[in-house]
Amino acid sequence: MYGWTGTILRINLTDSSIRKEATEPKLAQQYIGARGLGTKIMWNEVDPKVDPLSPENKLIFAPGPLSGTFAPSASHYNVVTKGPLTGTIAASSSGGVFGPELKYAGYDAVIIEGKAEKPVYIWIKDDQVEIRDASQIWGKTTQETTESLRAATDDDAKIACIGPAGEKLVLIASIMNEMNRAAGRSGVGAVMGSKNLKAIAVLGSGAVRVADPVAFKAAAVKARQKIMAHPVGGQGLKAYGTDILVNILNGVGALPTRNYRESIFANADAVGGESLTARLLIRPRACNACVISCGRATEVTAAKYQGIGEGPEYEAAWAFGPDCGIDNLEAGVKANFICNDLGLDSISVGATIACAMDMYEDGILTLKDTGGVALNFGNVDNMVEMVRQTGLREGFGDKLSMGSYRLAESYGHPEYSITVKKQETPAYDPRGVQGIGLNYATSNRGGCHVRGYTIAVEVLGNPVKLDQYTTEGKAQTVIAHQNLTAALDSSGECLFATFGIGAEELAELVSTATGVLYSTDDFMKAGERIWNLERLFNLKAGIGGSEDTLPTRMLKDPIKSGPSKGHVNELDKMLPEYYQQRGWNAKGIPTKEKIMELSLNLSDRDINEIQSKEKVKEVPIKR
Amino acid sequence: MSKVLMIHPDRCTGCRNCELACSFLHENVFRPVISRIHVFSWEREGISVPMMCQHCDNAPCVNVCPTAAMHRNGTTNWVEWNETNCIRCKMCTIACPFGNAVYDSITNKIVKCDMCSGDPECVKFCPNKVLEYADDTSAVRSRKKAFSAKFKEAFKEVTQEVK
Repeated sequence: MYGWTGTILRINLTDSSIRKEATEPKLAQQYIGARGLGTKIMWNEVDPKVDPLSPENKLIFAPGPLSGTFAPSASHYNVVTKGPLTGTIAASSSGGVFGPELKYAGYDAVIIEGKAEKPVYIWIKDDQVEIRDASQIWGKTTQETTESLRAATDDDAKIACIGPAGEKLVLIASIMNEMNRAAGRSGVGAVMGSKNLKAIAVLGSGAVRVADPVAFKAAAVKARQKIMAHPVGGQGLKAYGTDILVNILNGVGALPTRNYRESIFANADAVGGESLTARLLIRPRACNACVISCGRATEVTAAKYQGIGEGPEYEAAWAFGPDCGIDNLEAGVKANFICNDLGLDSISVGATIACAMDMYEDGILTLKDTGGVALNFGNVDNMVEMVRQTGLREGFGDKLSMGSYRLAESYGHPEYSITVKKQETPAYDPRGVQGIGLNYATSNRGGCHVRGYTIAVEVLGNPVKLDQYTTEGKAQTVIAHQNLTAALDSSGECLFATFGIGAEELAELVSTATGVLYSTDDFMKAGERIWNLERLFNLKAGIGGSEDTLPTRMLKDPIKSGPSKGHVNELDKMLPEYYQQRGWNAKGIPTKEKIMELSLNLSDRDINEIQSKEKVKEVPIKR
Repeated sequence: MSKVLMIHPDRCTGCRNCELACSFLHENVFRPVISRIHVFSWEREGISVPMMCQHCDNAPCVNVCPTAAMHRNGTTNWVEWNETNCIRCKMCTIACPFGNAVYDSITNKIVKCDMCSGDPECVKFCPNKVLEYADDTSAVRSRKKAFSAKFKEAFKEVTQEVK
């Protein structure tokens, strides 16, 4: 095969068996790779009702057909599993070099099954694969783990691992690779911890071949030039990182502040990309084959928050900044370093602390609950301390480690949790930007911006500018972004490549790499197929239309001040149109016709089981 | 006038586009291990350094070669490798103080920068102007030396960190 390596590695940790299987060409074509192929494997092999932290759940590491080539920014792999935070399918994407290295070692995917008796790591050196004892590194941070495993395997090995958070089954734990790159969301790190799997170390000496080298090179060069000529892809992200968005979102009145109580933050600039660049940046960093370099090598010298590492990117700067009512850049950078080191999802950790602060301000949480730690908005030191406690499940951190939904619910006030399907929403207020609200509500992995990043059109004007406040036409916009992103994630590309290229260029890259001809429509259709399969997985897991909603605060409480004053998210105007345009029924269930059209190859039993769900489900929107 | 490849490691982001471009041009596949240039990254400190043949004036690989397969091109002043004359004794890979000559068992070749016959692919694919293909004037030489001093500093830091 070209683009794909043709081999899938299957490792069962219960019986220590290691098998190599052929990648099925038909499935690779239909589901492309990474997120799509991983979801298809989950669908075929795992009951969606499974307990996510049980040995019956599987954990799939999958690069895409472009990973390991010089298609610009094709550095990604996806971790696909059932997420413990959400109970939905989870596909967490990460860059760096780990994904490409899996390809050089010869694999389209690594499927982890079962549960090891005691802590282990996996060492993959081309076709030699070993399960090794990890008792010596259990409890270590991601940096320590990476360095220890390089000493134990090979200095050039690429390491994906969990920190203490994943080991302790923190529901918002991430998987980190090359120390600073995160498969962050939906609690994939806890799944790895539940399997007693500390790390995967990989070193590959093989080749990724492409079907038509001349055409592939031409397509890659053209795509590079487009990204490098783009004002965001070529200039903004390299100069300031994604944190450049702080001032932009604040300017349009959609920067969630103090757990979404407000949508503008007075001193936003203090934690924005311009300040970060001027004060703490060492140099930009890039993932494999990237021409954008949005990564930030940063250093804090101030004694209290001293440290060196990477980030924060925009979401983390927001979560540990405006969302907690904090304008201390050094503290935010430190909080992000702790997340990387303990293996935590910075978005969910920051937003969960913000939720706790909100409850504390309203007297629902008291010092008795928090172990004597004051959690008023803006309390810089205690925010940083809570990040640490969350990762280690110490003190009140034990409560925070379940995420904000379970935290708020345990005190009888779930309305304080700003989550969709129990996952914290990121740094774009959907009251001020309508389409992103529809995307949050319908996201297959819960509150998330990178399932369908409509901010590109609604705020940044890429490639065209849409009115951020209108609901008209947003269903179509959201669907197009969701389908494109599902296909892009599956190819091994980074979402930021869309600051320069779109479906046409991506289809050309995947076609010339794999030798399978994808028209632009075929590529988008593959994205739609993947989106629908994720939806079907969630439906079988019992999560359907009634969960396609937003927190009450977004639907009922108008923004109090700033450019977006007076707005709420008008989800009810968009959701029925979204279902209709998706070819789903009024309860959000894909129709039999749509399932057939997308060649999802479901059995009649599956279709009937999914269709029958609508009889028990309530109307889609909670009001 | 002969030309040299200058490296500005302070600008390197660790993207490895140079490795991929090098491998693809020479081998038609993406196989970074046999790329003629390698980028080494230290993630903790956020430092990356590209390494490639320095085309040394007094080149140990040329001196040690028993068949003159590794030789200096009198016109360009570059160190070049002749596949036909080479007996694969691999002495050059041991002699190179930087490890920039490598033997690949799959292709049975000594893998070393050949300057792409005067049109280096890595330079074209570097998005950050880390690699510069410049005339070998005394001005360039002095800049090159300044950058090599930075190399030395970087290595010193890294070595200390490892210890």
